[in-house]
Amino acid sequence: MHPAGSIIVFTALSGLGFGMLFWLGLGHFTPTYWTGFVFFAVAYALSVGGLLASTFHLGHPERALKAFTQWRSSWLSREGWLACITLGVMGLYAAALVFAGAWLAPLGWLGAVGSLVTVYATSMIYAQLKTVPRWNHWTTNVLFLGLSLGGGALLTGAVWPAIVLLLSTAAVQVYAWRAGDQRLAESGTDMATATGLGGIGAVTAFEPPHTGGNYLTHEMVFVVGRKHARKLQNIALILGFALPVLLLMLPSSHLLALLAIGLHLAGLFVLRWLFFAQAEHVVGLYYGKR
Amino acid sequence: MTDLPTSTARKLGLVIDLDTCVGCHACVVACKGWNTENYGAPLADKDAYGAEPVGSFLNRIHSYEVQPANAPAQLIHFPKSCLHCEGAPCVTVCPTGASYKRVEDGIVLVNESDCIGCGLCAWACPYGAREMDPVENVMKKCTLCVDRIYNENLPEIDREPACVRTCPAGARHFGDFADPESNVSQLVAERGGIELMPEQETKPVNRYLPPRPKDEWAKDAEIDVLAPLLAPVAEEPKGLLGWLDKALERL
Ligand code: SF4
Ligand code: SF4
Ligand code: SF4
Repeated sequence: MHPAGSIIVFTALSGLGFGMLFWLGLGHFTPTYWTGFVFFAVAYALSVGGLLASTFHLGHPERALKAFTQWRSSWLSREGWLACITLGVMGLYAAALVFAGAWLAPLGWLGAVGSLVTVYATSMIYAQLKTVPRWNHWTTNVLFLGLSLGGGALLTGAVWPAIVLLLSTAAVQVYAWRAGDQRLAESGTDMATATGLGGIGAVTAFEPPHTGGNYLTHEMVFVVGRKHARKLQNIALILGFALPVLLLMLPSSHLLALLAIGLHLAGLFVLRWLFFAQAEHVVGLYYGKR
Repeated sequence: MTDLPTSTARKLGLVIDLDTCVGCHACVVACKGWNTENYGAPLADKDAYGAEPVGSFLNRIHSYEVQPANAPAQLIHFPKSCLHCEGAPCVTVCPTGASYKRVEDGIVLVNESDCIGCGLCAWACPYGAREMDPVENVMKKCTLCVDRIYNENLPEIDREPACVRTCPAGARHFGDFADPESNVSQLVAERGGIELMPEQETKPVNRYLPPRPKDEWAKDAEIDVLAPLLAPVAEEPKGLLGWLDKALERL
């Protein structure tokens, strides 16, 4: 799949933002007044900024409100609703902390659950697609949630949860990469079933419909990045997980925490880029590609 | 709502005959023409005369080489347009309700004024039947020529999809799959029409007729053992040719 910048930014930042809101809502850390303002401002900047970035991907962003209508069948629509509801609930919770120094625990818990469900809905936009076997798997949900919670813990100074979550998410990520390489083959969809000609013999693509590319090949048959996948995976592991965890183990300081966050963010972007670039859409089979 | 109808009164769709398609692309041109001049945003081309032309098409022809174990390779032309699936995943993922499947005839359509151009439906379609228009930025797909098949302004003979009407080889057939007596149902029954990617569980309505078996190599064919004893068909040349033959022999 084509790794569009706007979608990478959207999934990465909004995941981190809702991860922060989860920990802030849970109440292990309830910053008030100015400190509270800073933490909630960052969380909202990430989550709302991410959601806004996603609209850059749209052909008609001016009609974006229509996307709230189909929550009954569409995960994309549900994600929109859940994000707005969660942001609303957490807005009230944040206002109480920032302006009155009051901790409204139940409201925070509601917001924490909302944050989790929102990230789950985001992950389902991808995990629901049978057409992309690599995504159509529980690891997609777990990774989105793990990265959101782990990154959120890192950003809210929840040191031990951050270490545990980052390490376990890294393990799931390594498994997802390894197992994901086989998933297209395991899906049972190949050129034989795509063309229905497998019964006659071995099918190879002879000529594409047109000599140039088209929307489908640009959007779904993106093969450029796969060459360096292994190297990028290692870079993502080091930046996104290993170094931040090492820094968290050191005696705490604001500077180190900031560095850890910066490294994690860089790793997260590499990871998301790979998430798209490595994913094979079955339509590629019609073009003799994978 | 982008919920799918539990059943549709009719199941309109196409049968595509891989045995007769000659890969002429006439249906591609007819489709592009009709759908540029009629309902919805025109099917645009970008950089049409430049280095990297792209454009939206609702119907494209692939060509495949199929190599049987003990026979010469076959070249098979493979037209592909929307299969108007009963379990259309492209419809249920749509957040806006722009994509829908009609209850009355099962045609899958996009309401272009509701489409936000998110592209998720194209991701959800395993067949590559949806393309974002590069100029209008709305999702385009085969309409089964809904603006022809019910169009009373057209002569009756033209009330079928443009691609079907134009195909010089008669490789595309249009009809109602819900009716077991229809031309398409009978073709599917007779020729063993197949579903593409059944494992994707999209339940496509369109069916493909597989190529008929080809003649085999002569290597196993019976050879007449008396053949050498038969009288030669070409007799001794006579006249000018005979003289020439003898003259050349003597040289
Ligand atoms: S062929 Fe693709 S676009 Fe057409 S109904 Fe099926 S899934 Fe949807
Ligand atoms: S591109 Fe348009 S039709 Fe397709 S899912 Fe998005 S809004 Fe719906
Ligand atoms: S039915 Fe109409 S829209 Fe669909 S492929 Fe044929 S000509 Fe194109």
